[in-house]
Amino acid sequence: MQLTSRAKRVSNKKLSLGERLYLPAIVGGLGITIKHFFRKKVTINYPEEQRPMSSVYRGLHVLKRDEEGRERCTACGLCAVACPAEAISMVAAERKPGEEHLYREEKYAAVYEINMLRCIFCGLCEEACPKSAIYLQSDKLAPSFFDRSDVIYGKDRLVQSMETIKTAKSLKSGLTTSDRYVDKVFKDGKY
Amino acid sequence: MDVYFFLAKAVIILLIFGITLLIATYSTYAERKVAAFIQDRLGPNRAGPWGLLQPIADAGKMFFKEDFIPANASKWLFIAGPSLAMLTACLTSCVIPFGGTLDLSFLGISELVPVQGIDVNIGILYVFGLVSLGVYGVMIGGWASNNKFSLLGAIRAASQNISYELAMSLSIIAIIMMTGSLSISQIVADQDSFYKWNVWRQPVGFIIFLVCAFAECNRTPFDLPECETELIGGYHTEYSSMKLGFYLFAEYINMFVSSAVISALYFGGYHFPGESLVAGLMPAGALGHNLLTLMGILVFFGKILFFIFFFMWVRWTIARFRYDQLMNLGWKSLIPLSIANILVTGVIILFLNS
Repeated sequence: MQLTSRAKRVSNKKLSLGERLYLPAIVGGLGITIKHFFRKKVTINYPEEQRPMSSVYRGLHVLKRDEEGRERCTACGLCAVACPAEAISMVAAERKPGEEHLYREEKYAAVYEINMLRCIFCGLCEEACPKSAIYLQSDKLAPSFFDRSDVIYGKDRLVQSMETIKTAKSLKSGLTTSDRYVDKVFKDGKY
Repeated sequence: MDVYFFLAKAVIILLIFGITLLIATYSTYAERKVAAFIQDRLGPNRAGPWGLLQPIADAGKMFFKEDFIPANASKWLFIAGPSLAMLTACLTSCVIPFGGTLDLSFLGISELVPVQGIDVNIGILYVFGLVSLGVYGVMIGGWASNNKFSLLGAIRAASQNISYELAMSLSIIAIIMMTGSLSISQIVADQDSFYKWNVWRQPVGFIIFLVCAFAECNRTPFDLPECETELIGGYHTEYSSMKLGFYLFAEYINMFVSSAVISALYFGGYHFPGESLVAGLMPAGALGHNLLTLMGILVFFGKILFFIFFFMWVRWTIARFRYDQLMNLGWKSLIPLSIANILVTGVIILFLNS
């Protein structure tokens, strides 16, 4: 019964003298290996050379600030709901008078934590966020850790630093590459 | 025979010894580089430029490892094993002629000094004697470890070496019959022009010798004594630190020596094509003679390096033989073939002489 067209008939015939000599086969094999000897090497010398990363690569998270340096996150919890790995947890707080330069909305995240051991870097938090507050940076990888206490990233390590706001001339240049990619997709109408 | 002659000899012997060790050291580096290149990788390139300091780093690592002797091992033999392997490996290169003769008349030495440790008239027997002693290092080490894997490796090494030594010696006999001498320098001197190289005159003998050299060096495809997948390292399973280093290093020295022997016996040693033409262009007197000898030495080392590369090239091409295949190849193919080779050679010699 023929089950597949790729089936090969097995032959148990005696080896011919040429095959039993081994030498022709060995010379053929040597030819193959010497061809590889002169072939271009595939190795990338990592710290010196780096593979170009995709502009949509999902790396380390960042909690964005707006153009005036206020935190965009309003602690709605949609990212935590969207997260399939349940890596995100937050505690919301109400903005006090006089804190308008710190937080964009009346409600903000007093605590915002991502467990990097649970996170699967799927980017669903980024998609769920209605305030464009959380992004997975395409140019920064989540660093390795050697201690379990380093694993949970709080606001101290997640919120975008003020320097990047100050050096950014416009909102656009303050954005990460993934922001720019989203902008481009919207502009091109290819979504 | 004056003092200066002995001094010149001593310098040559020391140089040969040093170069042997140096080439063996850098063979480890070359092995890794060749392996990497054949597998489309780059190989060691972090220690020094192009990773050239890698052998030194490896040796340093070896020295600083714990030198462990198992509790139930036979302690004295456990130490004797690697020492013997290293000793026999280092002794072999002294009878190999690395070049022609040097004219050192400006130092007051009237005789021509051959670039060779000792020119014994039984050079080839000496090499075979030491190569067969080399297996004792492996056997003693494997037995003294008191470990089943090591013992299996040692048994395999012993049986493999004994089987292949037969075919190896028989393949050499044809050359000895042709040259009429056991001295390696005589055999090399006999191949003074390109068409007289023994590889053309003894192609079957050369292939037999090459295969047996692989087996004697315990190199792939005949690395059964130390196959990692079956015997977790074979005879050197229990060894660590510089004792292990000695075993591995002895293997590379053996590889160098067998490459030298192959080049000397079959590829004309320090002779090269167009030698007489070059000799005519050289200035007369001692300078020209020495320059020609120097060129011969370089050519010889070129041949040796090619064969070392060939050893590595084969290693990263062919899979390991099964034990029964190894024995079949040795006893049922190579030995009858080499005996037939001797007969055919004898008939031809008789025919040509009559």
